[in-house]
Amino acid sequence: MNRIDQRFAELKAQGRKALIPYITAGDPGPEHSVGFMHALVEAGADIIELGVPFSDPMADGPVIQKACERALSKGTRLLDLFDMVREFRRTDTTTPVVLMGYLNPVERIGYDAFADAAAEAGVDGVLTVDMPPEEAVEFGPILKARGLASIFLVAPTTSNARAATICAHGEGYLYYVSLKGVTGSASLNAEDVASHLAPLREMTELPLCVGFGIRDGASAAAVAQVADGVIVGSALVNRIADSADDPAAIAPQLKAVLGEMRQAMDA
Amino acid sequence: MTKFSDLTRLPDARGHFGPYGGRFVSETLSFALDELEKNYAAMRDDPDFQAEFDYDLAHFVGRPSPLYHAKRWSDSLGGAQIWLKREDLNHTGAHKVNNTVGQALLAKKSGKPRVIAETGAGQHGVATATVAARLGLQCEVYMGAADVERQKLNVYRMHLLGAKVIPVDSGTRTLKDAMNEALRDWVTNVDDTFYIIGTVAGPHPYPLLVRDFNSVAGREARRQSLEQIGRLPDALIACVGGGSNAMGLFYPFVEDDEVAMYGVEAGGDGVETGRHAAPLASNAPRGVLHGNRTYLMSDAAGQVSDTHSISAGLDYPGVGPEHALWKDVGRVNYVAANDQQVLEAFRELTHMEGIMPALETAHALAHAKVLAPTMRPDQHIVINLSGRGDKDIMTVAKLDGIEF
Repeated sequence: MNRIDQRFAELKAQGRKALIPYITAGDPGPEHSVGFMHALVEAGADIIELGVPFSDPMADGPVIQKACERALSKGTRLLDLFDMVREFRRTDTTTPVVLMGYLNPVERIGYDAFADAAAEAGVDGVLTVDMPPEEAVEFGPILKARGLASIFLVAPTTSNARAATICAHGEGYLYYVSLKGVTGSASLNAEDVASHLAPLREMTELPLCVGFGIRDGASAAAVAQVADGVIVGSALVNRIADSADDPAAIAPQLKAVLGEMRQAMDA
Repeated sequence: MTKFSDLTRLPDARGHFGPYGGRFVSETLSFALDELEKNYAAMRDDPDFQAEFDYDLAHFVGRPSPLYHAKRWSDSLGGAQIWLKREDLNHTGAHKVNNTVGQALLAKKSGKPRVIAETGAGQHGVATATVAARLGLQCEVYMGAADVERQKLNVYRMHLLGAKVIPVDSGTRTLKDAMNEALRDWVTNVDDTFYIIGTVAGPHPYPLLVRDFNSVAGREARRQSLEQIGRLPDALIACVGGGSNAMGLFYPFVEDDEVAMYGVEAGGDGVETGRHAAPLASNAPRGVLHGNRTYLMSDAAGQVSDTHSISAGLDYPGVGPEHALWKDVGRVNYVAANDQQVLEAFRELTHMEGIMPALETAHALAHAKVLAPTMRPDQHIVINLSGRGDKDIMTVAKLDGIEF
């Protein structure tokens, strides 16, 4: 069983919801990322989304754009992420890791080479923001053959017919984008999210996780009421940005932000 | 049957041109693209829509544009006869307006009150602001901050037309970053906003519909060649950034195997220096950016490369997916002209024919200077004179050491 499925099975048995932090790998320098991953797990992360920095992050707001710029300015490449996950796995063999990013770095390495390296390093899932299932005809089976989950987005604008296609191709969990906009956008309406999740429940057994617009314990707890998982990115990346010049100060802040969410969700 | 007859059957139902094209976007935009595809499919076959489009092209844009025999310049090059398809005489001064008139009609039919666009040199921005003003649509144009600086005149033109120009400070601060920001806007305001993409790139169906709207230039040029030359030309030349003016000229000739075609990319300091914007001519790797797969300048880690060109309109690391396929099947020869050659061609046409071309267009002219002397005087070249050079006077003056 894939670590992602394993984790959701455990959470379900415990009656808890998944807390899924996102950080951009290599921000503010590649040497810090593994430490941050462990810190996030200590603060209550169930799954880690590790962002692959990209020069043109079209679906991201300014916070993650700048994170990509910081990571790239320190020379972070997709290949370095495999090293990070390999190192993370030396002491953590249970927390699932999902690589999240854009297609071009993967195209450049090649689908097979990417999938081999990811599986070997201990990656569990892949979310490619600009690759809807229609374009993943070749890539999907290559990931599946290595036991890597293809994770897809569903948006408020997704029709039921499209959602059914996405559910049929999706593995691991469905990433529901809570609002029309880029990452780090303003506000999330939990009632609105709930009304969009209801038809998805009819279509799939996949855990439904919600991202975009979750910034504190209150919004995390509200989403946890209606979803199987809560994804948080910009709120964490903001802390990294604030202390980019003092990396030692970052891990405690990440733990504080995520810990507050964990507490609010479990309360 | 001609060797290249299959090329007019593309794209396929999912917007693919062989391995290129497609729809690589985040999920939020999928419904908007589905809707656009459906609307356009209906209008493409609707005689009323075509009649309205044709009327606007005739009476608002000023079509057909002439096919002009550049006799003095042809004689001085001492080879083939050069004919200029005068898209510079269109309203707003470039081919870009053919497409914005068409997309504005689509926006109007879709009932969206707001349009957005990306722009490099500002020609597409001006053409979008123009049609938005005419139809009373709210208009915002994203433009790289570096381009805002080097194309001040067009920025002010857009302002006068009632559009808001938003300088983009991220990344390389040029056309690709403007397109990133326009896509971010669209994903946020997708309910009430129509995105008018300016070139034959982006996610399906944009490469298809931008090709269709620009092809009017090639259809006219084909007819005019038969009337004025008495036969089809031996060669076509057009500059290629994203590739919309080249697509517009080439497409109606694509099955005419006897017509050679040359797409001229921005060689910048020279393709061999790495400082250029010529993904096809430099054999850049295959990649995915802005919704389509194509030749894309990127480093070994897949990060998109910085580009360099004297012309803001060609300063883009990718190229329309249909051009990528045409390179692979050998239908079009893609070459590059460097900044120095471009400036020489700019000055030469201005002096010898009294026509001041845009710096983008001057790339096509620079290749004519190479190609024409290798041909006989009874052979004919048609060049897409895609835009006029008024907007570039400041850039050229600066190189001459003149400040206004």
